[in-house]
Amino acid sequence: MATTHVEPKLDASLAGRAPIINNLSIQVATVNGSGSQTANLVLLRAIFQMGIPVSGKNLFPSNIAGLPTWFTIRASKQGYIARRRDSEYMVAMNPETAEEDVLSLKPGAACVYDERLSLKRLRDDVIFYPVPFDQLVAPVCPDARLRKLVRNMIYDGILAKLLGIEMEEIHKALQKQFRKKAKAAELNWNAARAGYEFAEKNLVKADPYTLERMNATRGKILIEGNAATALGSMFAGVTVVTWYPITPSSTVCETLTDYMKRYRIDKETGKATFAIVQAEDELAALGMALGAGWAGARSMTATSGPGISLMAEFTGFGYYVEIPAVIFDIQRVGPSTGLPTRTAQGDIISTALLSHGDTKHPMFLPCSVSECFTMAIDAFDLAEDLQTPVFVMTDLDLGMNTWMSDPFPYPTKPIARGKVLSAEDVRRMGGFERYKDVDGDGIGYRTLPGTPDRLSGWFARGSGHNEKAIYSERPDVYVNNVDRLAHKFETARHKMPGPIITESEKPEVGIIAYGTSHWAIEESLDQLRREHDIDAGYCRLRAFPFSPEVHDFINRYQRVYVVDQNRDAQMLGLLRLECSAEEIAKLRSVRHYDGSALDARSVTDEIASQEDAN
Amino acid sequence: MATTTVPSSPSAKTNRVGLEMAYYKGNKSTLCAGCGHNAISERIIEACFEMGVEPHRVAKFSGIGCSSKSPAYFLSSAYGVNAVHGRMPSVATGALLANRHLLALGVSGDGDSASIGIGQFVHLMRRNLPLIYIIEDNGCYGLTKGQFSATADVGSKLKTGVVNDLPPIDTCALAIQLGATYVARSFSGDKRQLLALVKGALAHNGTSMLDVISPCVTFNDHEGSTKSYSYVKDHDEPVADVTFVPFFEDISVDYDPGTTTSITLHDGSQVLLRKLETAYDPTNKGAALQMLTESHDKGEIVTGLFYVDPQRPNFIDLLNVMEEPLATLPESKVRPPKEVLDQVMESLM
Repeated sequence: MATTHVEPKLDASLAGRAPIINNLSIQVATVNGSGSQTANLVLLRAIFQMGIPVSGKNLFPSNIAGLPTWFTIRASKQGYIARRRDSEYMVAMNPETAEEDVLSLKPGAACVYDERLSLKRLRDDVIFYPVPFDQLVAPVCPDARLRKLVRNMIYDGILAKLLGIEMEEIHKALQKQFRKKAKAAELNWNAARAGYEFAEKNLVKADPYTLERMNATRGKILIEGNAATALGSMFAGVTVVTWYPITPSSTVCETLTDYMKRYRIDKETGKATFAIVQAEDELAALGMALGAGWAGARSMTATSGPGISLMAEFTGFGYYVEIPAVIFDIQRVGPSTGLPTRTAQGDIISTALLSHGDTKHPMFLPCSVSECFTMAIDAFDLAEDLQTPVFVMTDLDLGMNTWMSDPFPYPTKPIARGKVLSAEDVRRMGGFERYKDVDGDGIGYRTLPGTPDRLSGWFARGSGHNEKAIYSERPDVYVNNVDRLAHKFETARHKMPGPIITESEKPEVGIIAYGTSHWAIEESLDQLRREHDIDAGYCRLRAFPFSPEVHDFINRYQRVYVVDQNRDAQMLGLLRLECSAEEIAKLRSVRHYDGSALDARSVTDEIASQEDAN
Repeated sequence: MATTTVPSSPSAKTNRVGLEMAYYKGNKSTLCAGCGHNAISERIIEACFEMGVEPHRVAKFSGIGCSSKSPAYFLSSAYGVNAVHGRMPSVATGALLANRHLLALGVSGDGDSASIGIGQFVHLMRRNLPLIYIIEDNGCYGLTKGQFSATADVGSKLKTGVVNDLPPIDTCALAIQLGATYVARSFSGDKRQLLALVKGALAHNGTSMLDVISPCVTFNDHEGSTKSYSYVKDHDEPVADVTFVPFFEDISVDYDPGTTTSITLHDGSQVLLRKLETAYDPTNKGAALQMLTESHDKGEIVTGLFYVDPQRPNFIDLLNVMEEPLATLPESKVRPPKEVLDQVMESLM
């Protein structure tokens, strides 16, 4: 093979270093639309198959092809799976960002790069591995049109050789990735092998990073949060799904459609036990979900921030009419163009209080793919139990990245459909009052349209109705109704999952976090202990409204840092609405809002600096 | 099918499902005396009574506006949703997805449909959802005191003297073009025609769009308005005389094929369209659109059944959903067994 042979110069200080095993972060810089996602996922899966805890984060542009994208793979023997800000390994494939990518590396890092980019001149404290990608791809991919897509697989082979990733696992991962596309799998495998062979012959390992087989991933799965949400919805027994495409939520309903077509076609009749409709916009998506919920279906929609805004009016309608529906919000950064493909916990306040008038809504706050699954199931039960729209707040990081997890548990509780009266019930009772608080929990009884009794019909309308669902503008009737709704919210408080609390021996510093921040907090707790001798307690919120344990936690600690992935400390804001003055005085804020997934270092440094100033 | 015999009614006061007219009534209307909408409610009551519709199967839907208040004034024992402004189509769509056996009857207004709700309106039409969609069209916003709506004609004058200079949206032309399969225009003052058209809609399987001109006696019934009682009476040009023959009436209908077109609807009922001045073919989409354009240019208000296609599959059929309502499927049908989860988990390892 004709190639420019470049002997990496060994830095004397690095040469003698002991190997660093199973603790590195690899950043791959490519151009989107170039097939790099396949190469990255194969790499991730191969490391996973070697039993090493691993996580992958895709930082991608709002674009189909041609803009820079970065994929970070972190392998951690301690099992840390949060993002890290710096990397030990860089694969520089994108001419546009290569210089900046290399300049951002920490000293001692390694860089695999397309040799045409001549990056070596930029740094003398980085180990460079130049690779002639074009020359390597030509012989393994005779069809010039496909080369662009196969070229990236070469770096999988290079990294396999340099880091000690077993080629057998790369092969297995490729088979999994391509499933039925044997030809594509073979083409990619040849490219990976070409990379491996090139590295074997031409590159001399000069960095200390290696990956070695462990036994920490046996029995675990790899899945994206949106797929987990879809699975949870299917096992929750969803029957009507109405949605409008929006990044990063689209794959919830797309994956769900695939699963439902496979597992929810009635065997006897060959007919669907579900209806999935792509609506004309998010207003219609929620309107349909509420129409379906009113008529008795388990209905859902999935969206992101802009969709939540458009659903505001209907959400208030659902709240006042008291219609169940589940709304998955895969949160992202702000409105319109710019950063729709970056993560944020951006809709916490707007969703909790969505709509006009007095409205507030239960929200689940999953932190993991496993909770995406279990909380989806819980959300459907709760929506029908409470007869109200229920939100499940994930984010782009959780929804669109691939996460390691234990397999999901099969639901143990039967599906609970809430307080629904049959025609016989209505006949026996001699009628019913739709909005009467019979049981003292703020939740009335309902009938479903089509229930064949003369007295079972009722007319659903917004805010002005009495207990019999009859139009009324009387102030006392209105007050009675909204007070009952507030009481129902208190019922929700006790039905929602409480926080997961890890107490500290020394209840001084507490941390409150939620959602994907959890993974950074887990690591940050160790860093705070190790580096700053701070033994912090940790309260992970799992739902809004907050359960009493959250207040107990705040009361036990002297200073409580509330970690938000948004600029305005939105969860802190919600806590303020519910906390006493004494509790509020203890609350501090840690915020992260640059569009990237939260990393432990940012949390640790911020808390340490605020503690120093204390 | 048209000769199905009907069990004789137990008493003359009850209909074919044994219910009295009172069962089909609603609450007392709070609309203005003389409002066209009240006449439409009356026709709906008569049509449902005479067709023997079971009220518990009926799901009434509306948006916001004077028109949208009217579902409370008919079929009190039915189910209903008074939704948000312009968004009734989505709520009705969801309800029908949940339970395909509901008889969905939506009432909207010209503001609710042609302005704020135009997005949902057009998508409803293209889906051909099995739903009756009545626009109570008075060319203005009554509930907010008389502003123009998007169906107001060019040159039409508000009470305040303001003249409309924008062309109207023809909801019938839109509905035909987009895929609705039973499209008609009528006048709240034409009892006979409106009753026949509503009955035809009840027998149709697909979207029935009825634009019913319904004068607003308070804000749009004056000299200079093109939606006033007197203006509509003077300019009403029926395309054909409409007669509805329900499937359950044991009568043979004699008609002259040279002057009358018969259309058999989904349930076997027939609509007979007798030629008036010129022949009109309601199964020709292009001709329907051309006729609407031309008559509009002539300043005529054409009424009647403009377009019908009893064959096009409706939206629910296209989705291949089960016969049983999705809403009440048992757990065994909607939660796959543990083996399925195991299989999926295995594939992700």
